Amino acid sequence: MPRDDPLTRVLFVDLSRRRFRVEQRPDLFAEALGGTGVAIRLFDELCPQGADPLGAENPIIFTVGPLTGVYPLASKTVAMFKSPHTGNLGESHAGGRSAIAIRMAGYGAIVIQGRSVMPIYLVIDEDGVAFRDASALWGTRSAYTSGSVLRRREVGSGLRTIMRIGRAGEKMVSYACVVTETYRHFGRLGLGAVFGSKQLKSIIIGGRRNLAVADRRAFRQTYDTLYERATVSPLMKKYHEIGTPMNVVPLDAIGGLPTRNLQSGRFEGAETISGEHLASEYLGRRVACAHCPVACVHLAALRIPYPNDPYFYKTLMLGYDHEPIFATGSMLGIADTPGMLRLMDEIEVQGLDVMSGGVALAWATEAMEKGLISEAETDGVALRFGDAGAYIEATQRIVSQPTDFYRALAHGVDHAAAIYGGEDFALAFGGNEMPGYHTGPACHLGYLTGARHSHLDSAGYGLDQAAARAGEQLDPIEVVEALVKEEQWRQVLTSLVICLFARKVYDPGIVLQALGTMGREWSEEALVALGVDVLRRKVAFKRREGFDATGLRVPARITETPSPAGPFDDVFIRKALAHYDTLV
Amino acid sequence: MPKRLSVIDVDRCVGCQSCMFACTRRTGQAGLDASCIHVRSAGGIRKGFVVVVCRACPDPPCARVCPTDALVPRSGGGVRLNASLCIGCHNCEEACPFGAVLWDREQGKPQICVYCGYCAGYCPYDVIALEEIEPDERPTQGGA
Repeated sequence: MPRDDPLTRVLFVDLSRRRFRVEQRPDLFAEALGGTGVAIRLFDELCPQGADPLGAENPIIFTVGPLTGVYPLASKTVAMFKSPHTGNLGESHAGGRSAIAIRMAGYGAIVIQGRSVMPIYLVIDEDGVAFRDASALWGTRSAYTSGSVLRRREVGSGLRTIMRIGRAGEKMVSYACVVTETYRHFGRLGLGAVFGSKQLKSIIIGGRRNLAVADRRAFRQTYDTLYERATVSPLMKKYHEIGTPMNVVPLDAIGGLPTRNLQSGRFEGAETISGEHLASEYLGRRVACAHCPVACVHLAALRIPYPNDPYFYKTLMLGYDHEPIFATGSMLGIADTPGMLRLMDEIEVQGLDVMSGGVALAWATEAMEKGLISEAETDGVALRFGDAGAYIEATQRIVSQPTDFYRALAHGVDHAAAIYGGEDFALAFGGNEMPGYHTGPACHLGYLTGARHSHLDSAGYGLDQAAARAGEQLDPIEVVEALVKEEQWRQVLTSLVICLFARKVYDPGIVLQALGTMGREWSEEALVALGVDVLRRKVAFKRREGFDATGLRVPARITETPSPAGPFDDVFIRKALAHYDTLV
Repeated sequence: MPKRLSVIDVDRCVGCQSCMFACTRRTGQAGLDASCIHVRSAGGIRKGFVVVVCRACPDPPCARVCPTDALVPRSGGGVRLNASLCIGCHNCEEACPFGAVLWDREQGKPQICVYCGYCAGYCPYDVIALEEIEPDERPTQGGA
C-alpha cells in the first residue's frame, strides 16, 4: 500500500463528549482490505456483549475500501452497528456519494460512539469534525426537508454526502433507514433508529484529494478494462437500461413474485408495475452513484393534481427499484402505478425501510382479513390489498403511533405477530422482512442464513431459478454449501466495497490486478481465505449475541405457496439449517 | 484550429463524475483533487446536474484580472497558465462566473483546463465533448 494512503486513518467521533480523534490502523486495512472486513474487526473491538442497540454503547462504523476513488464501481459504504430490528449484527450498504466522500475526506473508517444530549448533526472533513445544533431540524415532517436545508447551509456541493434520518429514525422505528443523496439508502436493519437513539440527525462528509498509485501505467490500463466492462460490455446492460425492475415480469411469469403477503407468486398487475411500464410512462431521469458510469438509479416523474385546486400540480421525482416495487406493489396487491409511487414517496417522507415497511403492511392486511385485528387496532384505517390510500395512512401511523398496534408494527412483523398472532404468514427471516423473490427453497434459506438476512448475502434466487430451468430437484445440503460459498466470496467484494451489481465486472483476476496497482500484493487464495474469515467473524459475533440457525422461525407460508423451483417442505429447510450450523 | 471542451447536453448527465476522476487520472494519480472539471447537483439531485468546465472565453476575464500576466489568452479563446509568473492571488478564481477556475492547494495556484478532452473520453452519455472553436464564433459572455 502506498505509504501516504489515508485509507488507514480511522476517525473516532464521541457524541457524548463532543470530541474526536484519528487513529492510524494500518493493521486493519492490511489484513482485511476495508469495507466489511475492516468493519467486523472494529465492531468486534468496540461493541460490548449484550449491547443495547439503542444505547450509547452501540457503535456505528462506516468503512470504505482501497479501490474507492481509484476505480469505478467501488463506491459503496459499509455501515455496521447492532440492529435494533433483529437485536443482532446490523450491516447495511449504501452508495450515492457516501464512499467517495469518506475517502476524499481522508478516512478509511469512521466510528460514531456515545449519545448526544441534544439533536445534533456532524460536518466531517479532512480537518476533523464539527458538532452542529440540529434541534431546529428535529421533528420536521418530511425527510426531504432536512436534506434540502443542510444542502443550502453547508458547503461542498458535488464533493459531499449528506446522510440523514426522517421522523421514523427520530421515533426509533426499528426499521428506519438512513437516506443519502435523496435516492440511496442504508435501508435495512434500522440504522436510522440507531441515529435517532443518538439524537444524530445527519452526517455531512466531504473533501477532495489525490491518491497516489504504485504503477501509473498499469493503473490507467486496469481502469480502462474496468470502464469498458462497465459501459460497453453486456455485463451491466440490465442495470443501464430498465434497471433492477426488469425482474418484475420474468419473476411473475415463473410464479416467483411475492404477491398479497405471499398468498401467491403471481400478480395480475405485474405489467403495470413492471420496469418496462415505468420506463415508458414515468422514467424522468437516471442518476449514478459517484464514480459509477452505470447509472442504475431510475427516477420516476409523477405529476399529481391537487384535487380541489385546478391548475395546481406537483411533480414528484422518485427513485424506484425492484425491491420497492415488490414491497409497495405486488406484496400489497397494488397495480395502480401512481398509487404505488405515492406510497413509496410517503415511505421516503417518513424515512422507513421500504422493504420492511411494505411487508409489515402486507402482514397487517392479512391479519385484518383473518380478524386478528380490527379498525380499533388500526385507528380506523381499513387495510385492503390494492388500496394505496389506506396504506399511506397506515404508513404515517407506523411513525406517529396512535395505538399499541402501530407501536408493535413499528418493531416489525416478528414482534407484531408474537402479540397479535398470524406468525405463519409473518414474512420475516431472522427478524428481517423478506425481499421480493419467492423462487424456491434456496432464496428463503439465503434470507435465513445470510449474515444480514438479505437477498444480497448469497442470492439464493439464482440457485432456485437454475434448478427450475433445468427441471432439477434441489438438495438441502448442496443448497446450503453453495449459499455459504457465495456469501464468502461476497465478503471479499464488500470488503473492497465493490457494488454487488458489478460482481461479474470484478472477477478475481481484475481484483488482484487493481490491488497490485495500489501496491497491494494479494493472491486469489488469500482473497478466498479472507472471505471465509470475514463470514466466520460475522457469524461468531451473531452467535455471541444469541443467533442459532437451528432455532430460526420459518413462516409456514413459504412452503404453502407454490414456487418456481417446485414444492419443498419444512423438513427440507430444517435439514439445510442444521447443516449450515455445522458448516460456518 | 483551437479546441475547447463543450457541454453538449447537460440533461443527459447522470452525475457519475467519471470526467472528474479522468481529469485527475490524466496526471497519473487517483482521486479528484487535480481535476479541472466539476459536477454537482443543480440544487438537489432530483433537479439534475451542473457541469462546470472552462468554456474557453474569447476575452477571458480570468486573464484580465491577473496582475502578473500568468494567465495568457490563447488564440481562439481560453487561457494558458504560466505557473512561474503566478503569485496565487485568487483573482482569476473570483473572476470566472462559472467557477471553472479550480484551485491547486498544494501549489497554491489555479488549476486550468488544458482542453485536452481526456475527460470526454470517459463520459458514458455524451454530455461533454472536445470541439473545435469556429473562427466566426463569437459567443456572448455568460452564454453556455
